[in-house]
Amino acid sequence: MSPLLAIDGLTAGYGGLPIIDNINLLVAPKEIIVVIGPNGAGKSTVLKSVFALTSILSGSIRFANQEIAGIATQKLVPMGICAVPQTRNIFPSLTVRENLDIGTYAAPPRNRAEVEESVLTLFPDLKAKLNQPAGELSGGQRQMVTLGRALMSEPKLLLLDEPTAGLSPAYLERIFDLILAIRQTGITILMVEQNARQALSIADRAYVLVNGRNFASDTGANLLANDEIRRSFLGGSRPS
Amino acid sequence: MDPVGLLFFLVGFLIMAGIYAILCLALNVQWGYGGLFNAGIAGFFAVGAYTSALLTAAPAQTHLGGYELPVLVGIIAAAVTAGLTGWAVAKICIRLKSDYLAMASIGIAEILRMVIVNEDWLTNGSLGITNIPRPFDGLLQGREADILFLAFVWVIVAIVYLVCNRLYDSPWGRTLRAVRDNEDAARAVGKDVDSFRLQTFVIGAALMGVAGALSAHYFRFLSPEATEPLLITFLVWVMLMAGGSGNNKGAIVGALSVWAIWSLTEIVTNRLPAEFATRSSYIRMLLIGLLLQFVLQKYRSGLLPERSPGIAFDKDKDKTHG
Amino acid sequence: MMEFINFYLIPGLALGSIYALGAIGISMIFGILRFAHFAHGDVMTLGAYGTLTAVWVSGLHPLLALPVGIVFAVLAVLAVDKVFYKPLRELPTIYTVIASFGVALIFRSLIQLVWGSQNEVFIRGVQKPVVLFDLIRVSLLHLEAIAIIIGVAIALHYFLSRTQTGRSMRAVSDNAELARVAGLDTEKIVRATWIIGGSLAAIAGVLAGLDTNIQPNLGWNLILPMFAAAILGGIGKPMGALLGGMVIGLVEELSSYPWLTDEPLINPSYKTATAFLMMVILLIFRPQGLLKGRLF
Ligand SMILES: Nc1ncnc2c1ncn2[C@@H]1O[C@H](COP(=O)(O)OP(=O)(O)O)[C@@H](O)[C@H]1O
Ligand SMILES: [Mg+2]
Repeated sequence: MSPLLAIDGLTAGYGGLPIIDNINLLVAPKEIIVVIGPNGAGKSTVLKSVFALTSILSGSIRFANQEIAGIATQKLVPMGICAVPQTRNIFPSLTVRENLDIGTYAAPPRNRAEVEESVLTLFPDLKAKLNQPAGELSGGQRQMVTLGRALMSEPKLLLLDEPTAGLSPAYLERIFDLILAIRQTGITILMVEQNARQALSIADRAYVLVNGRNFASDTGANLLANDEIRRSFLGGSRPS
Repeated sequence: MDPVGLLFFLVGFLIMAGIYAILCLALNVQWGYGGLFNAGIAGFFAVGAYTSALLTAAPAQTHLGGYELPVLVGIIAAAVTAGLTGWAVAKICIRLKSDYLAMASIGIAEILRMVIVNEDWLTNGSLGITNIPRPFDGLLQGREADILFLAFVWVIVAIVYLVCNRLYDSPWGRTLRAVRDNEDAARAVGKDVDSFRLQTFVIGAALMGVAGALSAHYFRFLSPEATEPLLITFLVWVMLMAGGSGNNKGAIVGALSVWAIWSLTEIVTNRLPAEFATRSSYIRMLLIGLLLQFVLQKYRSGLLPERSPGIAFDKDKDKTHG
Repeated sequence: MMEFINFYLIPGLALGSIYALGAIGISMIFGILRFAHFAHGDVMTLGAYGTLTAVWVSGLHPLLALPVGIVFAVLAVLAVDKVFYKPLRELPTIYTVIASFGVALIFRSLIQLVWGSQNEVFIRGVQKPVVLFDLIRVSLLHLEAIAIIIGVAIALHYFLSRTQTGRSMRAVSDNAELARVAGLDTEKIVRATWIIGGSLAAIAGVLAGLDTNIQPNLGWNLILPMFAAAILGGIGKPMGALLGGMVIGLVEELSSYPWLTDEPLINPSYKTATAFLMMVILLIFRPQGLLKGRLF
């Protein structure tokens, strides 16, 4: 099957200074692909490059067999790619419902009410808060708002940058469950994660990035079983 | 124009250019070195002008004083009062981000203008102050005296230039640029950012006061119209942007070239039919406004760009000021 | 009491309406384009002169000729944005602030070139005051200004909370980068901002011109109280700016009411200074405004 997203020899950075170097990455339809690596490895930069928020020096990014490197950010949403940034990923003074609504503006869904219904089924917590400013919600609820916003345009590919950052363990589990549930609806997911162990356990395949370069890639299960990876990136001890 | 007329046109031109050069150097200290957006230049200029005028003019019933003090005393006092005003402004506004500092400084300059216009006992309101002396008065008569004043102004320009250059190269100047270019890093290595900014603002304000004093002495007359923000604040900003902010030579070149454009357009527009001649100053304003846009878009670093590109903060460089 | 209402309260609300109309645009532009638009007062002036010309040509009442002034002001800001502000958009916003100073100068000198610098009036002669219940005697203009601001408040609230463009504007003001990621068309939103800001400025300019007279410094003289209003309301919060404008207008007029003695509390020639002073005090102690706007 041809990949949904194919990053090939990508070198990109900020203001002409390369941060990631010759990155290769493939995402097949309906996969969950996880990118892990130490802080500052360039994981976010890879996602931002797909979203035209970096300067791309060389390489190609193909989405559904179409070159998208250099395409303006606002054209990507209508093509079926949605992104959830790592930080500052809600509109704090807009209500939850308005936040969700923003997700439909660039790529109006076929049936708005139906999509909202299915998003609220995924995130029932939000139902009671629809008219509350999103800035008043807890960290976990904000994460749901931003995921919900991204889902409102019925994307084919969802890019998530550390969706569990700063969340309590209870929420962490729920977000991972939700990601699996989102995939169930047929959406492909490329995510960056710090909570590598859990992320690898739900990943179909994963990439390890170090110093802006591909370090390793394999199925989630194989990486979890790999001693060297465990020592260097998963905090040593074997999962109990 | 006959040669003598031309000569005195040139003298008048250079005197004003010198006064603007001081204003530009002063703004360069605030903006070029310190990144502080002062949009109230006219306010400090006015404080200096009125201070020196009141101290040196002949006694008069219509306003405070007329103390007939020596011009040099007046100029020094102008620097002090304008500097103090700058200190008070900086004390309250220095932490504001650039746009807000611009609003606050314009606001304060406008309040100062209102005081000048309304407090007749102090300034004689819109009628203004007359009989303001020049240095070395009586040494030369008539238009020749202008030449003497020209020399006086440019000696002060030279002094201000040298002082500003020394400041730029000093550890103080380096730290200041570091603060301008990366405030957080400067704070992180323990620099007292606010106090550096305050010092910058005060120095700039004092120099603006000196320029104000010189203009009062040059015209021998001072009224609120001389502190029109358009002619002071705007023009000085255009001069500094055109000349190259961060560079003292650039500040002087900017003052000379923009003032040349201003003056030459006056000659041209004065030759237009009477119908247009009355509107000539608007054409000049329009040109200056367009010039500013051109500079902003195409020559952002000015005719003479800053020598060292904004240096990155290096904590080992100037331990003396740590 | 009646004197208070007739000579201080109603005029204060009317002045506040003028400030509010200008401040809404300033606040929106600050929220979305992230710079203090120092030419906004001169946009008001342009609107006033555009309307004046329409009045000369058509003989209509200024408020009926207003659409001409609005179109004129909107075209001017759209052109200026395209030619002067847009090329600087990727740079630190301070360059755009400086550019807006230049634009203020350009607008004013063009006005003086085209219309001259003499005072003009919309309507000659003394206007009869409106008398209500034999007690309240106020100028019709002040009532019109208050009616306009009430209408604008309702329309603005509806626009910002119900329409796609309004919500998008609030989103960009809240978090510009996320708005871009969410695929919102930033340039379209910027255009909407200028259209609304320019229109309201033109209305404000005409009201200010009706209240006194029309001259090239009409709007520039109002820019600082309008900034004060925008800051008071919380930058990027148009409804806050509207409220802020009303407050500043009231404070300015009420500051010369003889509150304590028979003398005005503040000498009327310093009336405008109270607005500046409020702005400076606000900037120092509560730069986020009363309604918690953005802090840059
Ligand atoms: N907007 C930016 N401008 C300049 N450098 C950046 C920017 N964002 C990130 N960087 C730099 O790029 C490197 C990689 O950052 P990032 O991709 O965020 O890492 P990760 O997400 O793996 O922690 C870091 O050294 C960071 O300092
Ligand atoms: Mg990251």
